[in-house]
Amino acid sequence: MEINFASQLDYFWVLAPEVVLSIFALVILMVDVFQRGETQEPARLSIAWLTAIGLLAAAAANTWLLTLQDAAPAGPIAIDGFRVFTNYLFLGAALLFLPLSWRYLTDERMRHGELFVLLLLATVGMMFFAGTRDLMLIFLGLELMSVAVYVMTGLNRRDRRSAEAALKYFLLGAFSSAFFLFGIALVYGGTGSVNLAVIHEVVGVDGAGANLLVNAGMALLAVGFAFKVAAIPFHMWTPDAYEGAPAPVTAFMAAAVKAAAFAAFLRVFLTGFPGLYETWGLIMFWLALATMIGANLMALPQDSVKRMLAYSSIAHAGYLLVALTAASVLGVAAFLYYLLAYTLMTMGAFAVVYMVAHRHELRLGLSEYSGLGWRAPLVGITMTVFLLSLAGVPPTGGFWGKFAILRAIIERGGIELAVVLVLTSLVSYYYYLRVAWYMWFREAHAGASPIPVSRGVSAVLVASAAAVVLIGIFPAWFLGMAEAGAAALMQAPMMSGIAGP
Amino acid sequence: MLTESLVLSGVLFSIGVAGVMIRRNAIILFMCIELMLNAVNLAFIALAQQIGIEGHVFVFFVMTVAAAEAAVGLAIIISIFRLFETVDIRNFNLLRW
Repeated sequence: MEINFASQLDYFWVLAPEVVLSIFALVILMVDVFQRGETQEPARLSIAWLTAIGLLAAAAANTWLLTLQDAAPAGPIAIDGFRVFTNYLFLGAALLFLPLSWRYLTDERMRHGELFVLLLLATVGMMFFAGTRDLMLIFLGLELMSVAVYVMTGLNRRDRRSAEAALKYFLLGAFSSAFFLFGIALVYGGTGSVNLAVIHEVVGVDGAGANLLVNAGMALLAVGFAFKVAAIPFHMWTPDAYEGAPAPVTAFMAAAVKAAAFAAFLRVFLTGFPGLYETWGLIMFWLALATMIGANLMALPQDSVKRMLAYSSIAHAGYLLVALTAASVLGVAAFLYYLLAYTLMTMGAFAVVYMVAHRHELRLGLSEYSGLGWRAPLVGITMTVFLLSLAGVPPTGGFWGKFAILRAIIERGGIELAVVLVLTSLVSYYYYLRVAWYMWFREAHAGASPIPVSRGVSAVLVASAAAVVLIGIFPAWFLGMAEAGAAALMQAPMMSGIAGP
Repeated sequence: MLTESLVLSGVLFSIGVAGVMIRRNAIILFMCIELMLNAVNLAFIALAQQIGIEGHVFVFFVMTVAAAEAAVGLAIIISIFRLFETVDIRNFNLLRW
């Protein structure tokens, strides 16, 4: 089917997954209200199933997007492999989040059916954030996602850490959104449009059309994005927000929210400002360098595994920034592949953290992991897979992701970044493998309580671990898919009659 | 006229940034963030005079988003006050800031 943005109806077709998810969100909101009535009983499981059906329906609609053809590649909503790929990623992360959050609600005896509504709305926000070519829609997607996730962070109103994390996340998130917005205003002033394709045309392939406003706006956009993806030195909210939020929400924030911010980051800079690569490539270079070195060093002394994984997620943002610095089809493909592996292993690792920490999340320390492998083999084995993948040991997805990023950046001549990436990965082996060492080679202390794993959570653990290994054993197929998405993204500027970067 | 408006918008935005950096009361921080958003609105209005309707439309969206953010933000601040009985961010150090 050919899409023509002049027709209002066609907007519904291109936004099919978003429309499906929004309808489900509203329906679930009503179902929750009517189910609850005056009783104090917890939210019913049917809401979680309804949410799962909504996510699967959106995934089906997303598959159908592949049959659409874009008549005018400068339209406000992208129809390309990049959008389809990232949409699958967000839907998958939301699906993995469901059993974890259900377990959390049961453990804490909370009856917050609205959590599932917020989850769906946040996912819609991510899809708009990462899948549109119009800065206005990108901003609205960003805010829809952020506002929903602020509430999810503060979900446990009785927990002081959760409230504190929500406040810190909210204040710095809103602060960074303002920078982002000012950046949009300046770019709009400098180019006369908020459409990325038009901006690219005005700026030109060599950046000749860029004036002071465009350059300043682009810098502010970079600051806003750097906050959202938690690149050093804009990372100060991350460890606190990730440590204080309920662990399932942390998993979702670290995996999906960060993935959305990164996907939008790539789309804006690679399709809007490829002509100014000379300027922003340098910014990305230093951001990547600082993030990789700083985060890996700060992760070393952490005793809380949850906080260590928060720093590790910052470190991974550094590796992804290297892929962005490469700014080539290979780089974007490596980025997508790594994002896939990263989402799976992060969701899995935080799920294990929640299983160990259990009710009220008191057992976060490293010593709680002593002998875990022998006490709860399923948790131990899957956590080992996640840790090996996070560290980048073959044959896991994390290894091939780093390999693809290295290939892309070396091809662009960024040897310095490649060397730093390898060295910091070696440093990271210490803090990842230390957890594995505790799990398998330390005696459990006498009073260690059992780890009760529900069926839903086991399914999440097994599915993510299997997927991490699968994409590690067959990297070529997944990389091929990522390359198709990457080529579609990088092609857009060329279609408007100008050569790509 | 455009230059003056943009400079004013930049000054207001900077006042907001400085406020967020210096002040320690969560509500004041939030007000400073709102000031930043409104500074951006001013820039959009000034630019829309020259460029076209998109800027005006953007302002409406920003106002709506700011209202949604205010609702969520104030709710978070209320829940913080219930638990800590203060909104001074220096007191929130269960997690290292």
